[in-house]
Amino acid sequence: MITVYEKTKGLTDKPTHYCPGCTHGIIHRIVGEVLAEMDILEDTIGVASVGCSVLSYEYFNCDMTQAAHGRAPAVATGIKRVLPDRFVFTYQGDGDLASIGMSEVIHAAARGEKITVIFVNNAIYGMTGGQMAPTTLIGQKTVTSPEGRNPNIQGMPIRISEMISTLDGAAYIERVSTHDVPHIAKVKKAIRKAFETQKKGIGFSLIEVLSTCPTNWGIDPIESLEWMKNNMIPAYPLGVYKNIGERE
Amino acid sequence: MVKVLMKGNEVIAEAAVHAGCKYFFGYPITPQSELVAYMAKRLPEVGGLFLQAESEIAAINMVYGAAGTGVRVMTSSSSPGFSLKQEGISFLVGSELPAVICNIVRGGPGLGNIQPAQSDYFQVTKGGGHGDYHIPVLAPASLQEIVDLTQDAFDIADRYRTPVIIMGDGMLGQMMEPVEFYEAKPKEVPKKDWATTGTRGDGGPKIITSLELNAESLEKHNHHLQAKFKQIKENEVRFEAYETEDADYILVAFGTVARIAMNAIRKARQEGIKVGLIRPISLWPFPEKPFIDTRDKVKSYITVEMSAGQMIEDVRLAVNGHAPVDFFGRTGGVVPTQEEIYHKIISVAGGVEV
Amino acid sequence: MEKRVVFNEEICKSCSLCINVCPTNVIFLADYLNGKGYRPASVIEQEKCISCAKCAQICPDSVITVYRPEKKKVSV
Repeated sequence: MITVYEKTKGLTDKPTHYCPGCTHGIIHRIVGEVLAEMDILEDTIGVASVGCSVLSYEYFNCDMTQAAHGRAPAVATGIKRVLPDRFVFTYQGDGDLASIGMSEVIHAAARGEKITVIFVNNAIYGMTGGQMAPTTLIGQKTVTSPEGRNPNIQGMPIRISEMISTLDGAAYIERVSTHDVPHIAKVKKAIRKAFETQKKGIGFSLIEVLSTCPTNWGIDPIESLEWMKNNMIPAYPLGVYKNIGERE
Repeated sequence: MVKVLMKGNEVIAEAAVHAGCKYFFGYPITPQSELVAYMAKRLPEVGGLFLQAESEIAAINMVYGAAGTGVRVMTSSSSPGFSLKQEGISFLVGSELPAVICNIVRGGPGLGNIQPAQSDYFQVTKGGGHGDYHIPVLAPASLQEIVDLTQDAFDIADRYRTPVIIMGDGMLGQMMEPVEFYEAKPKEVPKKDWATTGTRGDGGPKIITSLELNAESLEKHNHHLQAKFKQIKENEVRFEAYETEDADYILVAFGTVARIAMNAIRKARQEGIKVGLIRPISLWPFPEKPFIDTRDKVKSYITVEMSAGQMIEDVRLAVNGHAPVDFFGRTGGVVPTQEEIYHKIISVAGGVEV
Repeated sequence: MEKRVVFNEEICKSCSLCINVCPTNVIFLADYLNGKGYRPASVIEQEKCISCAKCAQICPDSVITVYRPEKKKVSV
């Protein structure tokens, strides 16, 4: 028998703590596969953020360091500036990146840091039990927007990919989704392109991956994929927002 | 080596370069900005890297990343900016990462002003961040001492895998004095096989983290850290005692205030009042020995600080009730004069107002 | 019949995403529990599996390994 598909050596053998059906696991798998397929696992240092993926340093099969909440892009900057020939990525959720860590990701992009940011957008704070995030949709109920997000009180959602793509230091920005298998294949293509951008030293790359949170959305895993497709994609259109190719 | 006339802030930077520091992440804040500017010019000359961060929070986290790769790395700031770094410093302690952090203290609290002060003493010695930890704090009183202590700071950081703080004040940072640099050979520095530089050729993945969800494991880690602090306490205390053997009264002061106090001491000695000085150089670990040696002979200690009285608590702990401990201080960035200190000595000594 | 799709049952969390995407609907949740108390995904009709690996691609926990037979004449 020929092996068609098996677990990537880009991930460790440790089972993840993520809730059943949480697409964090799919995104982890894809990052692991890209690192393994590019044969850069031994040259990569990952920066784990704080949120559901705080334990990601136990799952990626490469050197990992744990950043304070929101500060992963700064930690990654410190690493990449010292080791420019190594690959450096951050893995962050929407609370970590778009709320407390907004300054760090914007300035890392503006500086054109040659790092790759994996930005998982599930429109909610997962680890702490379902609070509103900057990417929570209008009308979306969370424990801190119990009546549904109201723009007059809690303001409007933030579209990170569009915003970061306006920064000249940003080289490759794409938003993708995990709501079905064909789109999951696109997530992998995008993440691969981001690491290739880093490899060529073109500049800052960020892939925004729409993701589910069955537990805190209060929807079962399969329906969560549907909910994401029908509600999040309209608010967060998929696509490539920046691709400046090789600099002359 | 030849003596060079330099500004305190720049001496700290040059001393760091001599100690092998090649990476600096900083942010502008008076009265330490010259240190940042000097590093921006100097580090590229030695194949190093200077980066200005978007905030002191970002800067300390860049230090965290760089420290994790095993290089000598530094940042500096002043009081308000130093406060922003506290979470990052606690992370450096928890993850056991070596780094040197300089705090050029200014008048506080709040925005305060840019005049010299020592009112961050509690923050640097009692741990300004969360969790049980201490950080070695070195307090130079002269620009030449900056050169020595900066070298020590990097050696201590690497030897014990800990952040180390150099505490100065706006005066020390801004004044100029001739100094002499020397190529100090770093003392035996343990190999940094814990560094995250990629696993190529060095075995399995390494993880740098301060997260430990299991309570017993985190307690075990805390015991490990406390053992480290105990070791630092045993080996890294630094102080100077001046004419304390026969002293009836002993001033206790650190940094630039100690130099001002010296003038008051000389004047009092001329008036026949036997006064000495204890100058802590390591604010943590606090030097207890000079107090144990004198607390049963002396009539009173007088701590002199540019604050409302913070180090006085450590002095009282060391004196442990054996003798009275008086206080003289100026706050808000006001620098005490030698006359004020002299008059304080007179009043404590109960002598004739001269 | 050699297995075309193998589940690492101890890691499965019964999220059923694989069941949802299987084009031949051969995956189902076993009626016994794994060590964590989840009913693991399973396949009995291995012959109906076409080794498309969609299940493996959507599985968040890398539970599934997919094989396909060597290139030999497929009996019509």
